[in-house]
Amino acid sequence: MTREIICISCPIGCHLSVSYRDNGNVQEKDIQIENNKCSRGLIYGKEEILSPKRVVTATCAIDSIHMARIPVKTTGALLKNSIYPLLEDLYKIKLMPPVSAGDIVLENFMNSGINVIATRSLSR
Amino acid sequence: MKKIEREVLIIGGGSAGMAAAAEIAEKGHSVVIVERESTMGGILNQCIHNGFGLHRFKEELTGPEYAERYVNIINELPIDQYTGMTVTEIDDQKDFKLVYAFSSHEGMVEFKVKAVVLAMGCRERNRGNIGTPGSRPSGVFTAGLAQRLVNIDGLIPGKKCVIVGSGDIGLIMARRLSWVGADVQAVVEIQPYPAGLTRNIVQCLNDFNIPLHLSHIVSKIYGKDRVEGVDITPLIDGIEAPVQTFHIDCDTLLLSVGLVPDNEVSKKAGVIISNQTSGPAVDGNLMTNVEGIFACGNVLHVHDLVDFVTEESIRCGSYVNSYLEGKTKGSQYSVMAGANVRYITPNKFTSDSDNKFYLRSMIVKNQAELVVSLDGREIIRKKQKHVQPSEMISCEIKADLLKSTGLNEKSRLEIGLKS
Ligand SMILES: Cc1cc2nc3c(=O)[nH]c(=O)nc-3n(C[C@H](O)[C@H](O)[C@H](O)COP(=O)(O)OP(=O)(O)OC[C@H]3O[C@@H](n4cnc5c(N)ncnc54)[C@H](O)[C@@H]3O)c2cc1C
Ligand code: SF4
Repeated sequence: MTREIICISCPIGCHLSVSYRDNGNVQEKDIQIENNKCSRGLIYGKEEILSPKRVVTATCAIDSIHMARIPVKTTGALLKNSIYPLLEDLYKIKLMPPVSAGDIVLENFMNSGINVIATRSLSR
Repeated sequence: MKKIEREVLIIGGGSAGMAAAAEIAEKGHSVVIVERESTMGGILNQCIHNGFGLHRFKEELTGPEYAERYVNIINELPIDQYTGMTVTEIDDQKDFKLVYAFSSHEGMVEFKVKAVVLAMGCRERNRGNIGTPGSRPSGVFTAGLAQRLVNIDGLIPGKKCVIVGSGDIGLIMARRLSWVGADVQAVVEIQPYPAGLTRNIVQCLNDFNIPLHLSHIVSKIYGKDRVEGVDITPLIDGIEAPVQTFHIDCDTLLLSVGLVPDNEVSKKAGVIISNQTSGPAVDGNLMTNVEGIFACGNVLHVHDLVDFVTEESIRCGSYVNSYLEGKTKGSQYSVMAGANVRYITPNKFTSDSDNKFYLRSMIVKNQAELVVSLDGREIIRKKQKHVQPSEMISCEIKADLLKSTGLNEKSRLEIGLKS
């Protein structure tokens, strides 16, 4: 199959045409990429097919008079298909102040090595 | 009424106000920041996504993290901070200014200062500014308001949303709403190209298979008490094609149709507003037509990167320092937006020191060229790998180059983009 993927490794934003055989276990050597203006497009296109990852930013509930939610983020990019399970877990958490930016909210999610940390401090 | 005397007052404690204040305090001048909200940080506090600070801190931070870095910097310096206080008026008395501010616990306060920095940020355009026909039910929000509701107050504006305008805030909200379980049906953009950054189109729309309808408008809004749906009509060669109108059911409409500098206080003080940037017209020292009143950040022109706001505001702080020390550089020559440039700021330059300009393209193009000419003679030509309206371009011009080309009082600099 062929997919169009926009490379976001630089502002040009090449519309890559990425072709591969969709047999459930795509190998790097089976991926063909066209319309990339430079080699970074090849790396980006392959990664998007083999293991697309994203940094997730969200909020958790907090028991404070100042605000209802406190912002959090993953410490690294997480596999795309783990995002919704992560969000479900995060939405169940309620934090108590004081919280400092950098405090771990959720450790080593699904053994990914990725933590979720608070991104704002709140004393009360 | 309480009276306070300082050298400088900064209106707004967002990234612009904090950076300018730090620069001024570091040089030993007394400075006070007046901020309307209960905390410093401005719009950054609600921008919980990452992508801030790549230039300034060489790291990808979220908005609140970037704000906190600056809050820590200003807390280390002798800077007076008033939160929960709104500036209502600046009274220019030439040698000094009287600034009036109000807070619920201090009442009215009068500040006597030598210089004022406008750093009030911008406002969102709302429906009144775009004029969509149909009923006026509830469920219509600006994207920034929705962002605040979701990220700080923990409220979700609706279940099925349509976003009008493809500005970055709208795109970021498309992902945010998807991640809190709402359904984003479509993004509708009147222009043939997206207003937001490509990175956001990819990660906020394509990742969620949210359709982006370019060259389309919301032609009608349905619903009596609450939004029930919208009609969307394509534009063909700029003209509505009603036969191709389609309908989408939704309960919420988010408007992401642009930002405009907040000029209310500035105008009352006699500051002239540029019709190109919609913010104050400033000279090469970021000073407005009113001597001693400076401007930086989104109140000056709408920035898409906080790093640029910080850079500009640090410079603004140093111009304020020069002003207080009686060392202000002359800057009498004009600067014009040339071909394919929507606006340029500042609108004056000096040959006494280097100049930095920010400009916005009117065109989308790979391999464009930036052309700077002085009185019709080309002095700089620089390759631009890619230009588009949503990505601001910066341009530096050295004093030596300007001096060596010869200047007279009518000299005019023009910066354009060659397609
Ligand atoms: C929704 C959104 C998303 C963005 N996303 C990104 C991104 O991903 N990456 C990036 O680098 N940049 C991003 N930016 C751009 C960047 O964050 C902003 O341009 C920048 O933070 C603006 O700073 P500022 O200080 O000029 O304005 P603001 O942060 O708006 O600060 C202005 C402050 O002035 C106060 N104020 C206004 N009037 C008064 C008054 N009369 N008296 C007292 N106080 C007053 C306000 O309360 C506010 O706190 C985004 C901007 C927005 C709006
Ligand atoms: S392929 Fe190369 S030139 Fe094209 S967008 Fe990616 S990084 Fe930029």
